[in-house]
Amino acid sequence: MKVSADISALARIHWYEYVPRFLFGGTITALAGIVAKEYGPGVGGLLLAFPAILPSGATLIEKHEVEKKHQVGKPGKQRGRKAAALDAAGASIGALGLVLFAILVWKLIISLPLWAVLPIATIAWFVVSGTAWVVWRSL
Amino acid sequence: MKDIVIRFVIGGVVVSAFAVLGELFKPKSFAGIFGAAPSVALATLSLTVAKDGRGYAAIEARSMILGAVAFFVYAWLVSRYLLAGKWSALRVTVSALPMWCLCAFGLWWMLLK
Repeated sequence: MKVSADISALARIHWYEYVPRFLFGGTITALAGIVAKEYGPGVGGLLLAFPAILPSGATLIEKHEVEKKHQVGKPGKQRGRKAAALDAAGASIGALGLVLFAILVWKLIISLPLWAVLPIATIAWFVVSGTAWVVWRSL
Repeated sequence: MKDIVIRFVIGGVVVSAFAVLGELFKPKSFAGIFGAAPSVALATLSLTVAKDGRGYAAIEARSMILGAVAFFVYAWLVSRYLLAGKWSALRVTVSALPMWCLCAFGLWWMLLK
């Protein structure tokens, strides 16, 4: 299956659907700082890989699929859950890239400037995740 | 307090930005990759380095490796449960969050404490 980007998908998203994502993402980021201050960076660092996007993302995908099916007069519950399952499967592949992101930041942050470390690690996350997805699709 | 508010706003913006990116791509399984974007890390590491230094950020990043392994377990379990089709996405993703906590803190306890 070919990967494509559809800018028009943005028009189908309501602004209020981003409110839970903003609040959840902001809360986890703030919490990571608070936990690191209270219990040290060893514990706080765990929260840097907290699933901040997946719960609201999968829920919205399910909702959109159900709405699409309802428009053509069909029940979309199972279809919605399958679409959310595919999103979560993609996230598990992205988590492999996230492991590499963390390793690169850990190893490079002492020796390289931050403006170089974060882009290098982010590009590595995307390349590894994308490659792992291609391999997974071909299986 | 100011630091927490700044973290909250930056975290909210970065997480939302990656969520938008995830909406753009097809198929769904590829778009799902963005559900595991390093959004919280990108939002917080610059502030951490500026305030507490690189050594502190390196310790956080080392622990993040274990958090990411826990993320893999969490997302895989969520995917399996959703495919079973018994529970809604909200119910599955939220009820599996303690599994992430258990896995992340358990690994930290065993390997880094």
